[in-house]
Amino acid sequence: MIPTIPQNPLIRIAYGAYVALFFIYLALPLTVVAVFAFNDSQFPSLPWEGFTLDWFFGSERPMIGVFHEGPILRAIGTSVIIGLAVSALSVAVGTTNAFLFNRYQFRGRGLLYVLMLLPLVIPGIVLGISILVFSSTLANAAWDAAEFDIQALRPGLVLVILGQFSFVTTIATLVIAARLQKFDRTLEEAALNLGANHLTAVRTITLPYLAPAMIGAFVVSFLMSFENFNTTLMLVGSDSPLTIAMFDRLKLGSTPLLNAVSLLLMLGSSLLALVMIAFQRKS
Amino acid sequence: MTTPMPDLECDALTKRFGSATAVDNVSFTVPAGSFFSILGPSGCGKTTIMRMIAGFLEPSSGDIRIKGRSVLDVPPNKRPVNMVFQHLALFPMMNIADNIGYGLRRKGMAKAEIARKVDEALDRIGLPGIGARQVDELSGGQKQRVAIARCMVLEPDVLLLDEPLGALDLKLREHMKVELKALQAAFDTTFVYITHDQSEALVMSDRIAVMNAGRFEQMGTARDLYYRPQTAFVAGFVGDANRWQGRVTRAEGEALEVKTDGGLILRAISPGRKLPVGDRAEVFVRPEAIRLAEDSAQLSHFDTQISGHVATILFNGAASRVIVMDATGAEIEVALPQSGEFAHLTRGAGVHIGWSGDQGNAFAVARP
Amino acid sequence: MRAGQKLGLILLLTPLLLWLSLLIIIPHIDLFLLSLRERVGVRQYETGLANYTTILTEPLYMVTFARTAMMSILATVLTLLIAFPVSYYIAKMARGRARSVLFLMCLVPFWVSELVRTFGWMILLRESGVISGLLQWAGLAAGPVEMLYNDAAMMVGLVYTSMLFMVVPLVTTLDSLDDAVIEAGYDLGGSGPSILREIVIPHAMPGIVSGSIVVFMLSLGNYLTPTMLGGKDSLWFTQMIYSQFIVRFNWELGAAFGFMLLILSSLIVWAVLRLTGQTLEKTMG
Repeated sequence: MIPTIPQNPLIRIAYGAYVALFFIYLALPLTVVAVFAFNDSQFPSLPWEGFTLDWFFGSERPMIGVFHEGPILRAIGTSVIIGLAVSALSVAVGTTNAFLFNRYQFRGRGLLYVLMLLPLVIPGIVLGISILVFSSTLANAAWDAAEFDIQALRPGLVLVILGQFSFVTTIATLVIAARLQKFDRTLEEAALNLGANHLTAVRTITLPYLAPAMIGAFVVSFLMSFENFNTTLMLVGSDSPLTIAMFDRLKLGSTPLLNAVSLLLMLGSSLLALVMIAFQRKS
Repeated sequence: MTTPMPDLECDALTKRFGSATAVDNVSFTVPAGSFFSILGPSGCGKTTIMRMIAGFLEPSSGDIRIKGRSVLDVPPNKRPVNMVFQHLALFPMMNIADNIGYGLRRKGMAKAEIARKVDEALDRIGLPGIGARQVDELSGGQKQRVAIARCMVLEPDVLLLDEPLGALDLKLREHMKVELKALQAAFDTTFVYITHDQSEALVMSDRIAVMNAGRFEQMGTARDLYYRPQTAFVAGFVGDANRWQGRVTRAEGEALEVKTDGGLILRAISPGRKLPVGDRAEVFVRPEAIRLAEDSAQLSHFDTQISGHVATILFNGAASRVIVMDATGAEIEVALPQSGEFAHLTRGAGVHIGWSGDQGNAFAVARP
Repeated sequence: MRAGQKLGLILLLTPLLLWLSLLIIIPHIDLFLLSLRERVGVRQYETGLANYTTILTEPLYMVTFARTAMMSILATVLTLLIAFPVSYYIAKMARGRARSVLFLMCLVPFWVSELVRTFGWMILLRESGVISGLLQWAGLAAGPVEMLYNDAAMMVGLVYTSMLFMVVPLVTTLDSLDDAVIEAGYDLGGSGPSILREIVIPHAMPGIVSGSIVVFMLSLGNYLTPTMLGGKDSLWFTQMIYSQFIVRFNWELGAAFGFMLLILSSLIVWAVLRLTGQTLEKTMG
């Protein structure tokens, strides 16, 4: 069952057909979402009423396009802010974690490593409610003690960021640690030998080597944050990020406006991914 | 009297990949119970031949016969040949006993029978009682033997070995050469061995084919290849040699006199090859065929004699060499005898060297 | 340990410990404590297992719980069965450029939000949807066909949404299987099925396990797909957590639900790891 083994051509064709079918299955939902963004109709469904760009640029009711739809634009802005904050935090902590597990042998290291992996196997919604419960415990305690309301601990932007950060960090750690694992320690020793001190050696040799992984981790974190639904759902306040805003609209009924937003999302994340691939290939 | 049926015959075997010809019209037969090696640099097509015999590649033309029967239509899992892979390809997901028993299980043999045969094979390779161990608990040499045992329990007509010693360190490789030869004798099976390491081929093989650029350059015993190379490639590839290019100045039958481009006058022979006066020639002389002396009188019976001084001494135990530089500035590599005679030799010392003309092999230089 | 090294260790340890304690460990302990709290009056609470006994004695809760678990296991098995041949094809059959293109094509759908993917299935499957329209156009159906809001639609969505997390680990582990090992299997007389059983699957086990664990977790914790594609009467456990927390504001019961979900998922992950002799570090790290 590898190309060097002679194989019945019928089986080979059937196998190829199965793989083709699989890719159709993968492409189908995204294709229809993209296509119906251009349907000149109130509903993202057949029949096809003709091609239009109004769902992107329209400014009059009933066809208000994405670029004139205030709430959606605001939600995108919120998502970007959350995404940037989560990525920055996750890459920072992910990098220190990677160094910790790569460079230090200490008691409890194994246990900490397993704990570090745990967020991957905790359902997102449970992560969300546990942080919700704990933060309101803290907020209530502050209120009971001093009649002081800590807004940051109530559902809202800060909690969403913390909630997403709590599991995205694990991914960032794994991505960065994987590259650090491959780093040749003797390069650092060579730098020390040539007169650098420890911090300078890390700054001038190790961090540049890690940069592709850190950028990769940043992009992955951003995408995960942008896409996140379960954890965010439990922690969201009045200003919803895009996924929640779209979910609320979808519950009320869909218009091709949602298709248009989705198409922009696809383009955006593909672009981001391409940039990342190009960058990684270059280094 | 009929000659016994050869175990393996390849007939005008050719393999093309697109426009490139990896194996070009190669024919050979391997008699039953012999150790046959294909020796060549990497990329010469030897692996392609081996994979065609094993069934992982289909020849573009030609035929492969095992015990007289063409196997071209036989899939690899039904061919009566087994292969020891370059990196051995032991199954890491199984223990040693399961590795060796794998092929027997495929034949549907009873469990007890398999266990008996596996134990027998482990005894045979001198590793009794290791059946329960995992692959990565074994040393390189032990893995090697297990990989051979895994094939031999199936009693194949031909065992193919694809540079199996390549991954071992030098010391172990030397040891395994002897051991492989002994295993082949013990199992009394036909081995086809491919390698780029001439010493592996020379030590173990009954017959060797030297391969280059898809063709067999020469086929013969180790001595044939070493003493009577038929092409310049073989002369250069098998063993070490000093090589000079020049022009034939005199020819008496097979015996020649060649003046090198550096001005050195050499005698050489060209058995079976015509090299008229005036033609460009390349002469190969082995360092161990050159005699070293401090007194030129000791060399009077040699027809090629040169005087010079020691430029460098490359001490390497039994394989030590002296680089001698003559008056024209040519450097000649000479074996340094370790009989104590030259123990005091130092750089710059004047020495004489000489060899007899039939130790120099001359070949025509292909016109560009 | 030298002083400088000790300082480095402390500096690196601090963010890790802050993160794990403040966002993972203490919140879960707090969640557990909350689940043990029973409301007996206005702002009056007692500690006890009342919330858990409520769950265990209320058939709707238990049925939903069991249903969620079974459906998630089914989704995991289906994802594995669908993904394995494709992963094998990418890792072992495709060569060179084709192979990286195919792999990339597997990743692309997952760069966009799960919401968009679910939305796509809604457009395809609903009464006025594309497939219904095509069926009518082809004369295979007399009127609009509703394919949305049932378990099958939900299963399609769950499998689709988790596909990537199965394909990537499978391709990675299968890729590390040396072709020579498969060839050796054939050379020694093995046939396709026996090599699959004795060589390929044992080798791919770490990938199968880690893929299955992640897919199972994602299915179990999924809220969007069951809500958007599933039927009105087929509840998912996450929906009950959501409704206790956000709609009914009964956090105590919701916390108990959450904790049961956590225990269920940990139990199954642990069981799978034990059964296959893998460890969390090896399969996830």
